[in-house]
Amino acid sequence: MELVRSHVLVCGGTGCTSSGCEKIINEMEEQLIKHGIEREIKVIKTGCFGLCALGPVVIVYPEGAFYSMVKPEDVKEIVEEHLLKGRIVKRLLYQETVQEDDTVKSLNQVDFYKKQFRIALRNCGVINPENIDEYIAFGGYSALGKVLTEMTPEQVIDIIKRSGLRGRGGGGFPTGLKWEFTAKAQGDQKYVACNADEGDPGAFMDRSILEGDPHSVIEAMAIAGYAVGANQGFIYIRAEYPIAVKRLQIAIDQAREYGLLGQNIFGTDFSFDLEIRLGAGAFVCGEETALMTSIEGHRGEPRPRPPFPAVKGLWGKPTLLNNVETYANIPVIITKGPEWFSSIGTEKSKGTKVFALGGKIKNTGLVEIPMGTTLREIVEEIGGGVPNGKKFKAAQTGGPSGGCIPAELADTPIDYDSLISIGSMMGSGGLIVMDEDTCMVDIAKFFLEFTVDESCGKCSPCRIGTKRMLEILDKITNGNGTMEDIENLETLCKNVKASALCGLGQSAPNPILSTLRYFRDEYIAHVKDKKCPAGVCKSLLVYTIDAGLCRGCGICAKQCPVNAISGERKKPYTIDTEKCIKCGVCMEKCPFKAIFKNH
Amino acid sequence: MNGQKCCTFVGTEEQAQKLKEVIEKHKNQKGALIPVLHEAQEIYGYLPLEVQKMISEGLNVPLTEIYGIVTFYTQFSLNPKGKYKISVCLGTACYVKGAGAIIDKIKEKIGIDVGECTEDGKFSLEATRCIGACGLAPVVTINDDVYGRLTVDDVEGILNKY
Repeated sequence: MELVRSHVLVCGGTGCTSSGCEKIINEMEEQLIKHGIEREIKVIKTGCFGLCALGPVVIVYPEGAFYSMVKPEDVKEIVEEHLLKGRIVKRLLYQETVQEDDTVKSLNQVDFYKKQFRIALRNCGVINPENIDEYIAFGGYSALGKVLTEMTPEQVIDIIKRSGLRGRGGGGFPTGLKWEFTAKAQGDQKYVACNADEGDPGAFMDRSILEGDPHSVIEAMAIAGYAVGANQGFIYIRAEYPIAVKRLQIAIDQAREYGLLGQNIFGTDFSFDLEIRLGAGAFVCGEETALMTSIEGHRGEPRPRPPFPAVKGLWGKPTLLNNVETYANIPVIITKGPEWFSSIGTEKSKGTKVFALGGKIKNTGLVEIPMGTTLREIVEEIGGGVPNGKKFKAAQTGGPSGGCIPAELADTPIDYDSLISIGSMMGSGGLIVMDEDTCMVDIAKFFLEFTVDESCGKCSPCRIGTKRMLEILDKITNGNGTMEDIENLETLCKNVKASALCGLGQSAPNPILSTLRYFRDEYIAHVKDKKCPAGVCKSLLVYTIDAGLCRGCGICAKQCPVNAISGERKKPYTIDTEKCIKCGVCMEKCPFKAIFKNH
Repeated sequence: MNGQKCCTFVGTEEQAQKLKEVIEKHKNQKGALIPVLHEAQEIYGYLPLEVQKMISEGLNVPLTEIYGIVTFYTQFSLNPKGKYKISVCLGTACYVKGAGAIIDKIKEKIGIDVGECTEDGKFSLEATRCIGACGLAPVVTINDDVYGRLTVDDVEGILNKY
């Protein structure tokens, strides 16, 4: 094996790829060759480190120097100073890692990482996802070996049951039970499937796992295949995730080459293989029955349950379906034992959960925390709080199926049951932070636009109900709502929730119900006072010029696209509110900050 | 979603040959239709009726079923895309950070609405679901180029590059 003195890890997740990590890697390799040290230093493109806000991110080991927002022109300095002369380039370090005495502190001391506990993300940002040897060197495929050579399928299921693992895709169904149902179902052919159709806007946990550690999912699916008696697996993944698809395919090919997929794995009589199926941009396909219909090659419409997939799934055969993050936990549970796993988390929610932290927060990125961590710890400590001195107003979890948690409830421990009790849900793990400038009625409308668009149209409560709900929200945000509308909206929500066919429709009212529950005053302000307290809903805004501050320069009048501003030079100008289209250009361009939007 | 616009389909012999190979490769696979449609769209850039007919004959699947699938999934398009495909992410993180204003500005600059293509075929505009680059919100992609942490003022400069 080659010996190198330094490892340079460059994050190759989607976030950092978008901010240009490829250029960094190319430049790095060029510089290393130029200085003749390309054999001493190894550059590795890894999966996501989590701190996407600071991308592109480069970490140099053994020092553990964490360089953030690196530009291609910075690479020369890192190579010449750090790698050649051993002097860390402080200027480029993530400032949180620089201590007062000018020394560098280790990453797990930094606020962002301190409270995290990485199980599903254990290898993300650590190994090269395109090299199976690195996964194996970190203990990969030993769980599969143990299962196939030392355990019966019943023992495997028992371990998963005892671990207390629950589905990470949103529903939170006990994973071990699901495995047991599928194992006990009668059928000559069974399938294992992986839901990687991560469609919630603002969620990218599963993508990061597949990009950073694809083998963990492959290994887990093989273990599941053994436990339930299936020899074929399907991974249904969004076509919008090209990097993840590519790495997954590489990983499957490598596993086949090593005999970890295919015939007689580990010399046993167990055979198992995997196939990737691409989604085609339909959110409803994240619903389990719709997903299977789509794999079968049809329009991805859900069907009533029961029969559950464990009994009748793909092509009518018993099928085990789990999501990416659930699978990523499996190999660790096998190697470390169910007692270890169930010692983490709360009474009914064991282990950890990965969240994609986004919105109005300083450290956007990917975090994995033990169940039971409070929202406040995530937002204020790990996330670094809301930027620009604004006030934390609410956090949205569960995407279009979830709800908004108001700042007053920020001390709620995050687990499946407490989130449901406050009207939200775990969901797949999107966590969007909102500040005082976010209008809650507008956010509810945003999610309803999404569900109306994504409703498959099969059942009428969802197809028609969500549309009517959106119309009422439209009316309210346009300032034409009545108090009766709010009542009707609430009734409609409850009816759709009770009568829709699948999870998409049943949970579509959640964003409205939770905002009505915690931010009813905002709805009332839109209806009674015709005001949008956050200043978002355009129809309710009024732009005015402060006569005292206006110097009569006329810039606003020139910029106005609809000639709504008039006046005489050197005298205060006025805005004709009838003509004004509320584009905000005048306010933006006024050199004297004399224009205000009133809400 | 896809505004029906009339455009004549021009396919080459080479493309037809490629499609035949794709159909042949997947023919005996369970649930072959969607993988074939993905690859057909790679070849032609979109899925006009003519291409759907070829697939219908090749896989022996009724055209109505194929049309039903093509119009169900947003990834499949009945219309050709522009030379530069502008996609504005309207995921939650981008939306909260002002993607709405960005898309308005782009519409104003290139004079088309979402789902349309400029007359010269240069730009087409799409609002996409979360692309997962939430750390960079708001995000716009133009073909394979990604622009993140955008403000309304950046729009003009970016469009001028094309």
